[in-house]
Amino acid sequence: MAATKEEIVAGLAEIVNEIAGIPTEDVQVDKSFTDDLDVDSLSMVEVVVAAEERFDVKIPDDDVKNLKTVGDATDYILKHQS
Amino acid sequence: MNATNRTVVVTGIGATTPLGGDSASTWDALLAGRSGVGTLDEDWAADLPVRIAARAAVDPGEIIPKPQARKLDRSAQFALIAAREAWADAGFTGKAGEDTSVDPDRLGTVIASGIGGVTTLLGQYDVLKEKGVRRVSPHTVPMLMPNGPSANVGLAVNARAGVHTPVSACASGSEAIGYAIEMIRTGRADIVVAGGTEAAIHPLPIAAFGNMMAMSKSNDDPQGASRPFDSARNGFVLGEGAGVVVLESAEHAARRGARVYAEAVGQGISADSHDIVQPEPSGNGIAHALQSLLDNSDLDPSEIVHVNAHATSTPQGDLAELKALRKVFGDDTDHIAVASTKSMTGHLLGGAGGVESVASILSVYHRVAPPTINVENLDPEIDVDIIRDEPRKLPAEGRIAALNDSFGFGGHNVVLAFRTV
Repeated sequence: MAATKEEIVAGLAEIVNEIAGIPTEDVQVDKSFTDDLDVDSLSMVEVVVAAEERFDVKIPDDDVKNLKTVGDATDYILKHQS
Repeated sequence: MNATNRTVVVTGIGATTPLGGDSASTWDALLAGRSGVGTLDEDWAADLPVRIAARAAVDPGEIIPKPQARKLDRSAQFALIAAREAWADAGFTGKAGEDTSVDPDRLGTVIASGIGGVTTLLGQYDVLKEKGVRRVSPHTVPMLMPNGPSANVGLAVNARAGVHTPVSACASGSEAIGYAIEMIRTGRADIVVAGGTEAAIHPLPIAAFGNMMAMSKSNDDPQGASRPFDSARNGFVLGEGAGVVVLESAEHAARRGARVYAEAVGQGISADSHDIVQPEPSGNGIAHALQSLLDNSDLDPSEIVHVNAHATSTPQGDLAELKALRKVFGDDTDHIAVASTKSMTGHLLGGAGGVESVASILSVYHRVAPPTINVENLDPEIDVDIIRDEPRKLPAEGRIAALNDSFGFGGHNVVLAFRTV
């Protein structure tokens, strides 16, 4: 069953918390991974891999650069989840 | 003094070892003669011939927040903890630049390990096999590279004069400190954070060292297994942790009114060119390093009152080192008291030179040297003064010096000298 937008944001918040130590409540759709959430370029790869597993979605490397904010990632997952 | 022969002093120390999470607790345990060796009770150790090791007394995971720790090999975590302690101990209030008494362009780091990020490499290979390509951590390369600890410490203190990692197996930590002394002496830097670290307690290194017959298999007696100079010694016990010092030009230290532990007099270096792993049995290679130290510094042999020996508790190595002392000093060794703190810490490989430099520095600073434990029956071939069981008071007056010996597979010999100021 596909995840809702709220479930995806909550799931990304848990992933970012695990990887970057940011409190889950600070992970909001308007937040930039690199500028606001302390996710550097290598850690972003970890976020993507964890999101792929959690939401059963494939995020090719070429698409990762377009995922600047939590909202970008949420929309991408909503659209591509199987 | 000209810019190519500046005096170098020690203004900060830090350590995290099998005996304690900092240099003070480590030093207390060394003087108390406490062993840091224990049984490996993990499942992976069950089938190994060696099931003992000297784990760090404080796990770095208790100190470094998880988001940072997941990007750092365990050896880099140890180095960072010891370096932070040394940096604060030297009196700095922030990284270079933030603390305006340190110019980032005049600050370096030289931190080394013998093996590098071996647990990262092997752990990620397990991930690759069990979970697939996609799950291999993108942090793997900066974690496993041997220069990782030095680079991470360099980032932490904002070092821009140079970040280096000399690799010479179990001599690496001492070679790092020797390299740092030269950076300051020759004018490349005013301050260098230097030392050694190692984190290799994992079944593969243990199986490999065990198959070389280099490790003690006294699994029934962990605390008695590391017994340098004893007749029944049967190999080293693997330890983990780091020792780091802040070295500084005497002039820079004086200008900011820093507390000075000791002068870092210099180093003597040589290579055995004898065998890839066996020590040269007559001690000629080690004697060459020691002689080189004496020839290239103003160290007077009569000042040397203590040697923190490399002595790892192997039958051959311990003797070769003491033969070298005889070769260089002849009959004049009565003023030198020798100890192997590896009897308590185990052998930290590349970390040994860092931790044992800290011990040597504190020995001259406090004028007391730690003992060697577990010497029940002194090897009858040994004819120098070994400190046994109890710490030894060093001369209360006058200038005294301690040597820290470190040797490594490959035939590397490094001798460092620290002296009261």
